Amino acid sequence: MQQLISFTTDYTRYVLKGGTKFYAWMGSLALLIVGMMYVFYLQNTDGLIVTGMTSQISDGLYLANLVFLVGVAAGAVTIVFPAYVYHHEGMHKVAVLGEMLAITAVIMVMVFVFAHMGRPDRLWHMIPPRGIYSFSSMLGWDVMVLNGYLILNFVCGFYYLWCKYTGNPVNQKWFIPLVYVAIAWALSIHTVTAFLMANNPARPMWFHSMMPIRFIATAFAAGPALIILIFLVIRKNTRFWVDDSAIKLLTTIVQFCLGIAIFLTLSEVVVELYARTEHANGLYYLMFGLHGLTGLVPWFWSSLVLMVGAFVMFFMPSFRNDFDKLRIPCAMAFTGIWIEKGMGLIVPGYIPSPIGEVTEYHPSFVEWLMVLGIWAFGFFILTILLKGAIGILLGEIKHGGPAAAAK
Amino acid sequence: MLSVSALMGSAALMTMSDDAKASTEWAEHFQKNYRLMTDEEKAEARTRLERRYSSEYGKKVAVDTTGPQPGVLMGYALNVRKCIGCRRCVHACVEENNQSRGTRPGEKIEWIQVLRMERGEFSKDKMNHGYPEGLGIQVGGNAYTPAGQVLEGQYHYNPEAVPEKDATYMPIACMQCEKPPCVKVCPVRTTYREADGPVVIDYNWCIGCKMCMNACPYWARRFNLTKPVLPKEEMNPVTHYLGNRPRMRGVVEKCHWCLQRTRHDRYPACVEVCPVGARKFGNLLDPESEVSKILERKNVFRLKAELNTFPKFFYFYD
Repeated sequence: MQQLISFTTDYTRYVLKGGTKFYAWMGSLALLIVGMMYVFYLQNTDGLIVTGMTSQISDGLYLANLVFLVGVAAGAVTIVFPAYVYHHEGMHKVAVLGEMLAITAVIMVMVFVFAHMGRPDRLWHMIPPRGIYSFSSMLGWDVMVLNGYLILNFVCGFYYLWCKYTGNPVNQKWFIPLVYVAIAWALSIHTVTAFLMANNPARPMWFHSMMPIRFIATAFAAGPALIILIFLVIRKNTRFWVDDSAIKLLTTIVQFCLGIAIFLTLSEVVVELYARTEHANGLYYLMFGLHGLTGLVPWFWSSLVLMVGAFVMFFMPSFRNDFDKLRIPCAMAFTGIWIEKGMGLIVPGYIPSPIGEVTEYHPSFVEWLMVLGIWAFGFFILTILLKGAIGILLGEIKHGGPAAAAK
Repeated sequence: MLSVSALMGSAALMTMSDDAKASTEWAEHFQKNYRLMTDEEKAEARTRLERRYSSEYGKKVAVDTTGPQPGVLMGYALNVRKCIGCRRCVHACVEENNQSRGTRPGEKIEWIQVLRMERGEFSKDKMNHGYPEGLGIQVGGNAYTPAGQVLEGQYHYNPEAVPEKDATYMPIACMQCEKPPCVKVCPVRTTYREADGPVVIDYNWCIGCKMCMNACPYWARRFNLTKPVLPKEEMNPVTHYLGNRPRMRGVVEKCHWCLQRTRHDRYPACVEVCPVGARKFGNLLDPESEVSKILERKNVFRLKAELNTFPKFFYFYD
């Protein structure tokens, strides 16, 4: 107990201390978070009418970001898996950072759940015993696996940090099995999220069994792409050194998964457009526009260009080996997939509507501010979690204070 | 979340404890799922709502809680041949069921859509155009016009006279499926099939996650993007708990076959108003009812039957 209190105070003291750059970063994030709270208030007084959502297009940016971030959370497994299953040394050193990212992404997903709901004040209706849990609802399953994943990553991540802090050895007997469970669980969260969309025959754009694997392929490209970018920031700004071998392995994973993702996208295009049934209308609207409405066309093509461009760049040794230039294809892959899974998948599911009405979705300023605010909130948490974790890994936070750390 | 909602509720209670509205809203906030309520709790919920609505709309509002009657399975049949596309059913439904009737986009809710279908056209001059053109080999013809796709809002058409020469009409609303996909996806079981057939919603239990709207193949469900615009003088005070009582912001609503009427042996508003008698409603379990006779003798079909939703809304021809 004594140790736990000192862990908490040492951890808090460490993460709160920082230079001007740190406070400027956290301050600007906090500003965006305040903006998010304001629009959340608007949404729960005026209603979702302040967003661009309608009865036709009943979900948009929020669900898109939610789905994408579940992928980022699952993507953390691309560090944990090689670290614990293949005992990759460079990855093992940073595995806990991946867990911190997973925690952050899941929290962001939950905030997006709040954002997209009509009545977030009634969320407790889902939680027994007072509420009702429905096993037939994919959303119910999604909430369950996401919470499970959050707990698993929290336990694994902080137990590891705790051991580092106290200097006790990690109890392999239950830690390693738990890590394996977390790895399998990562797949489950994104699979269930894919089922959430795909299990709707009413929406031909989503209704195909390729969705889960496509989700996982894109997740395992976008997730590690973000992780590489974060690692490069860490290398530059802290004394913590992420091994080249870890970044190189992640680069390979991003490229392979990106290749699979592009392949799946193009397969879908061929299958849908060859026969060009009415069920292809969503995709057709996305690629070329329908009935004179072309709102999503630039999104689709820019996403395709970004993804294919990044894929080609990853082949070039000049990008792969130069970590300064590596940022470019990583950022491109991340953005490309964000568009593909968001505006390129969620929104065309609603267009045309099941009765054939073609509409366009125009996200409002409120929605953009909310999205920006939740991302800022995510980076806020991530900064704290990563800073604390790195402090412990570096031995700067240590039980017994600086004296013990110096030893 | 529990604590936040508790805080919000108690804040409302403390600041406006005299106000009937605030205290009922507070109690409403913590009431159970309608189906799990005991009879006493149902009666309490009913009194609460009646009090709140009466003070809100300035008239005596009744909230009916009549349950399903044994031996009844409601069914609906629509004669597509007869429909003239006058859209009187749409307007009657809005008036009967207290739908939002504002002017801002998203404030206007109509449960019935009369799909105006262009008559397909095969024209001579397009007959021999193959595509892709110019390759020298005919791969198909172009003597068709794609039908069935319209821009948003076109179903709110308003012609000078009906029926129009170049159109046929296909009214749709909730199909009250026997295997409703919307019910399956609801994470809080707030939408469900009643024992006498209709799929209903407990508006007080709905969390507004909109999963049912993704699942419905007939686009029958509408979302209350804001507090419904319902002028006091236009409000219909004869309501049912699972039916046409005024909804709140952030919940989903849809057609329920006018439970406030049909549970008391009256026709739904759309059936009553139809000037050509295209709409038929009755008990599917009663072999003598009009719907049963139609199912027995006419050519009937259901919309999107391949999805195995088994609607209890049938279309037929003469």
